[in-house]
This record gives sequence, structure tokens and C-alpha cells, in this order.
Amino acid sequence: MSVFEYAPAPESRSIVDIQPSYGLFIDGEFVDGTGEAFKSVNPATEEVLTEVSAGSEADVDRAVTAARRAFTRVWGPMRPADRGKYLFRIARLLQERAREFAVLESLDNGKPIRESRDVDVPLAAAHFFYYAGWADKLDHAGLGTSPRPLGVAGQVIPWNFPLLMLAWKVAPALAAGNTVVLKPAETTPLSALLFAEVCQQADLPPGVVNIVTGAGETGRAVVEHRDVDKVAFTGSTEVGKSIARAVAGTHKSLTLELGGKAANIVFDDAPIDQAVEGIVQGIFFNQGHVCCAGSRLLVQESIHDEVIASLQRRIGTLRVGDPLDKNTDIGAINSAEQLARIKELSDYGETEGATRWQPACDLPDRGYWFPPTIFTDVSPAHRIAREEVFGPVLSVLTFRTPDEAVAKANNSTYGLSAGIWSEKGSRILKVANQLRAGVVWANTFNKFDPTSPFGGYKQSGYGREGGRHGLTAYLKGADRP
Amino acid sequence: MNDRLAVRKTYKLYVNGAFPRSESGRTYEVTDVKGHFLANAAWASRKDARDAVVAARGAFAKWSGATAYNRGQVLYRVAEVMEGRHVQFCAEVAAVEGLSASKARAAVDAAIDRWVWYAGWTDKLAAVLGGANPVAGPYFDFSIPEPTGVVAVLAPQQSSLLGLVSVLAPVLAGGNTAVVVTSKERPIPAVTLAEVLATSDVPGGVVNVLTGDAEELGTWLAEHADVDGIDLTGAPAGRAMEFEREAAGTVKRVVRPPATEPDWTADPGLSRMTPFLETKTVWHPIGV
Repeated sequence: MSVFEYAPAPESRSIVDIQPSYGLFIDGEFVDGTGEAFKSVNPATEEVLTEVSAGSEADVDRAVTAARRAFTRVWGPMRPADRGKYLFRIARLLQERAREFAVLESLDNGKPIRESRDVDVPLAAAHFFYYAGWADKLDHAGLGTSPRPLGVAGQVIPWNFPLLMLAWKVAPALAAGNTVVLKPAETTPLSALLFAEVCQQADLPPGVVNIVTGAGETGRAVVEHRDVDKVAFTGSTEVGKSIARAVAGTHKSLTLELGGKAANIVFDDAPIDQAVEGIVQGIFFNQGHVCCAGSRLLVQESIHDEVIASLQRRIGTLRVGDPLDKNTDIGAINSAEQLARIKELSDYGETEGATRWQPACDLPDRGYWFPPTIFTDVSPAHRIAREEVFGPVLSVLTFRTPDEAVAKANNSTYGLSAGIWSEKGSRILKVANQLRAGVVWANTFNKFDPTSPFGGYKQSGYGREGGRHGLTAYLKGADRP
Repeated sequence: MNDRLAVRKTYKLYVNGAFPRSESGRTYEVTDVKGHFLANAAWASRKDARDAVVAARGAFAKWSGATAYNRGQVLYRVAEVMEGRHVQFCAEVAAVEGLSASKARAAVDAAIDRWVWYAGWTDKLAAVLGGANPVAGPYFDFSIPEPTGVVAVLAPQQSSLLGLVSVLAPVLAGGNTAVVVTSKERPIPAVTLAEVLATSDVPGGVVNVLTGDAEELGTWLAEHADVDGIDLTGAPAGRAMEFEREAAGTVKRVVRPPATEPDWTADPGLSRMTPFLETKTVWHPIGV
């Protein structure tokens, strides 16, 4: 099928005002960091967007001290309803400045404006709106009356959904009465720094939210700081394990949202066209930079050829290119490092005997790009079937019976998410019951909502974000050891 | 006066529904608090621990797949059968813990009642911890608690029966299977509890009881790749941090030990069930 020709429809970047350099946001003010500054790059063009301070151990200590002071003197004692009102304000400010956040996010991260505009930013605002309402209802959170906040939360977030992951972390922490020190990802710090401005506009008391930019060492300083009571991390399983080791034997409570290798199971009675849309949404949403991406397609043998043909036809119509173009389906890979990882694993896929298919697709000359890719003839032992690629790469495996589908789906050290495509309700419910995964999407994929708990089984982590469960991760009650 | 010579019991492990000796052939002497010989308990080895994990994994599908009503009845049955051995438990608890008859009786009563309490939880957890999520879109979305899997339990060193039941029953109520390391110096009531479990409709492998040293067994269980969670309550002082670090290697769910052994008579709430429960969220579109 031929691709309709579209004229470029770029979203204007004039709405964002990126400063030449940024400091850290500590105690309500932007201050210079004492670490070595680093550059944030637009991955679609390799243009340097700005220079950002790196937080040193001393900077992190200042931030934690500010957070502790704010917790003890202001945010902890504050009337819960007022804490809620601050969060409502933040939600509204995010909505008011939604377009600005969306453009900035696409510039810094490389994701299509269609997604930052329609998913990341509205969901971030929705999270603040949702948890705002919890602030004065903590007695009803299921932890007995008068549950207490944990104190200072140290939060480390990834680059794939920079603002949304910030919202998932900050909103429940503040609603429960904690204060936070948040470290955004090294390659995507800008929306968090704009969020700091939102905190200022909301008149949020100084020290309640502190944002310390930097790389792994800064994150380590946050996690290991003695006066941090709670650590929340989203990122790779490897780093998650090292964090769990670092907090072992301390008083810190920990939640981890780690990697995944989700099975997306298509039964022979599935609505094929819908399933194909779901497969595309499952693996190519956000360039596949999604921990819960449906990266292992398990398709029933009898419909394999039909599904693959249909999938290839659909992928042929995806537009890869300028993230700010409103027609773009697949944006830029977030960094040169990530691109190298995707290339390495894909090459390994071929080495191990899988068959690579990519559509004819023109990629921009500059920037980091990888075309949507399907591997067929994949065996469960292949690296591309076991390891998280975190890119637009789909591995296709087959099965004959529902039992085999479940066995293959569960044959993973991960257990974050899974998909089921079938028109038979009783089959969906049985398979959903058997899958060892924290989120199961049936006849849909990659849907998120602040009311809906999200998180993994097995080595995909522990604790939940979203809903009442996400709130209790920041509270202790009589019921909690 | 009855001058009949008593038939003494051989104290063994409880693995996969059977009572084997330690494959290592090792035993260790157990005494009462005054130092009088009570038994030679099996000294579980690394191989025994691994066998126990295999048994617990094998039993997981059936136990976690049983209806909540069924699991509740099985746990209640444990209380029923314990009640029939009340006198024996009282004597054993008094001997190993050095309690007066009345205090031992209170501990046994509380242990039996704790099974009853947890038996009643099995079919309420989903309502209390799960529910429908009102997402902003045309989807039916619900969350339910599910068991984590195979849980290693280092039982308290002091409270040989009430403490043991207080850490084991919540793991089972959630649908997990367990490998339990008993109090090292006070294992006798745990072995008797294993005999109760074997005759209480608890499927073989759901609970596996290892007598021996939590210091060495704890290391092996903390690093075992097929153990999903570990309760470090009975970890020897100074070793819990190391066990927690080892557990991080496979992202195990960990319950840290309290600074001192808690008052086991206190209402436990949900605090010992939720660490070994996962939340599964399921989405489905609403449409025609």
C-alpha cells in the first residue's frame, strides 16, 4: 500500500523558551550545581539544546536538607486539604502550559508531538489531579486511621517518559505528605526543570520539591543519602538490583519499576485488524522505549502468515521522522548510546538465526534513528526474545495451544505486562489469570490511567504506581511494619 | 504408676509432604531451656533447602489456583487438627521456651486462633486490596491481589510456635507456598506443626519445614533464583543485611527483621500478607 503524501506539519517550537543553561532546583530556587555541567541534546537533530548543572554529593545533601526542613516545618504539619490544593494547582498549571511541555518534551526526548501532546502531558496533569484528591482522605487508604508519611523521598526516573514519570513519583509522594528530591534522567532533564517553574508559579513552599539533575552518580547520591526515608526508582533491572543492594539493611522503604519483555498473545479467534493496530501500538509507541512494550509477539501458528502480512502492510504506512511533525508516528531514538544498544541486539538477532524485516523508509541524515523492525523465526532462547531491547524491535514467536502460549509468555525473568487478543471472553479471563504479569491488556495495549495500579511481578520490580496502591507506597500505618 | 517405656519420636524434616532425614545425614542436639536432652533434630543442608524450593514451586500452581474458599477451609482445618494436639503443643512450647504451663497454653491458644484468623482472610483479600479502577476511557479495568510465589520464611528464633504460625499463615493465606526455616534451638513445636500440616488437607509441598541453622540456610534461600520472596524475621543478628543484599540479585520481595522480636500476640493486620502479594491489573475495552 502506498503512503499518502503529506506536507510537513511541524508544531512551532516558539512556545518554548530554552535558556542557555540551567541550575539545580533546591529549596525553591535555581542554584548552580557544583558538579561538571553537561549538555542536553535534541536526539532528532543532535543540536545542543542547553547546558545543565550536574548535582554533586554536596548538592544532593543540600537538596535533602531542604526537603527534610520542608517536611518537618511546612509540608508535614500543613492541613491535608491545603496540600491537596497545591496539587490541584499544579495539575491546572500543567494543563495551562500543556503545549509548552509537549513541545519541550518532544525536543528533549525525541518522541512524536502526537504522543507528548496526547499522552504524556495530559496523563501527567491527570496524575496530579487524581492524587490531589487523596491528600485529605488518607484515613481511607486502607492503612488504618492517621497513616503517616515516610518523610523525604528520593526519586530517580528514566528518560522515556520524563514528565509523566515525574508525575507518577511526585504526585503520590506529596499527597501523602512527603517531600521529594527527584533526579531526572541525564538525557531528558528539561521538562523536570520546567516543572520546577510550575512549582514556583504554584507557590509551593520551598524545599517540598527539589530537582537535582545529573547522571548515575547523582542518582546514587540521592539513593544512598542517609536522611532519605523512601527510594522510588524507575529504570533498568540492573540498576534496580544495585539500588536494592544499596538500601539493604537501612530503614529506607523501596519501590522499583524495572524492565519488561511483555508477551503480546494473539489467538486465532482475535479480530486481526484490531490486533495488528494493538501490536503496532504495543511495540512502536514511543519508539519502543517503554518498559511495558509488547516486544514479544506470540501468534497462534494457524494465523501467523496472515498476521505478519497485515502487520508489514501497516508498518509500511508508519511515518518515521521529525518528532515535532504532527503526522509523525515514530520519532527519534533518545540517545546515541541507546541506538547502539538497539543495533547491537538487532544484529545479534540475525546472528542467532532470526529473520529481520524493515520497511523501506527514509531516515533523516542527522540524529538518532532506527526503523520499525520485525524479527520472525525467533526462538525463545534468542537474546532478542529474552532481553529488553527498549527500541522499535518486535520479536515474533508462535504457539499452538493456549497452554503453550501461557508457558512461553511466562518464560521470562520479567513480569511487567502482557497482552491478549481474542474474541472469547472466557479464554481472555483464563489466560489473564495465568499470566505472571502486573498489567494485562486484553484487546488493547499500552493504556495508562492514574486510577489504575501499574507495576511488575518477578524481576520487573515491586510496589505499584497509580491508584490507592501507589499512594500506600508513600505511607506507613499501624498496619505496616 | 505406669512404668511403660515411652516410644520416642525421630524428628525429621518436612519436604514435599514427606518426612525425610537430612540428605546430609547431619543432626544436632536440641535441649530444653535447662539443658536437658530433648531430641536430635535434622540439620538441614543446602541440598535439603533446594529440594524444599523445588517442592514449593511444584505445589504453587495448585495452591494458588485453589479457590479462596477452599484455601480458607484448609487453613481452618489446620486449626482444627492443632486443637487435637493441644496438650502436646503446650508441653513442647513449655519445654523449649521455658514457659509456665499457663503461658505455654496461652501461646498455643493464640497460635491456633491465628490460623482461624488467617483462614477467614483468604476470600476477603481481593475485596480489600483490589477493585475496579474508574479509568478515564471506555475500558473495564480491575486490580486483584495474587500470590508472589515461593516464599522463604526464616521463622522467629524465640517464639517457637506462635511466632512461627504468625509468619507462616499469612504467606499461605495469600496463596504462596513456603519454605520455612525453624527456630534453630527451639525446633520441636515446628516439627509437630509439620505433622499437623501433613494431616490437614494442606497439599504436599505447600509448606516445607527445615530444622537447622538460619544462618547458613538463609544465605542459600536468599540467593536462590526460584525463591520469589523472603521473610527475614528470624535471621541471625548481623546477617539480615547480607541476606537482603543477596535477595536483591533476583529482585526478591523482602520483609526485614524487626530490631527485637515483636509481641506476637498483637493484631497483625495486613502487614504480613501484603509484602507477598502482587497486584495484577487487567484492562478490557468496553464497546459493541
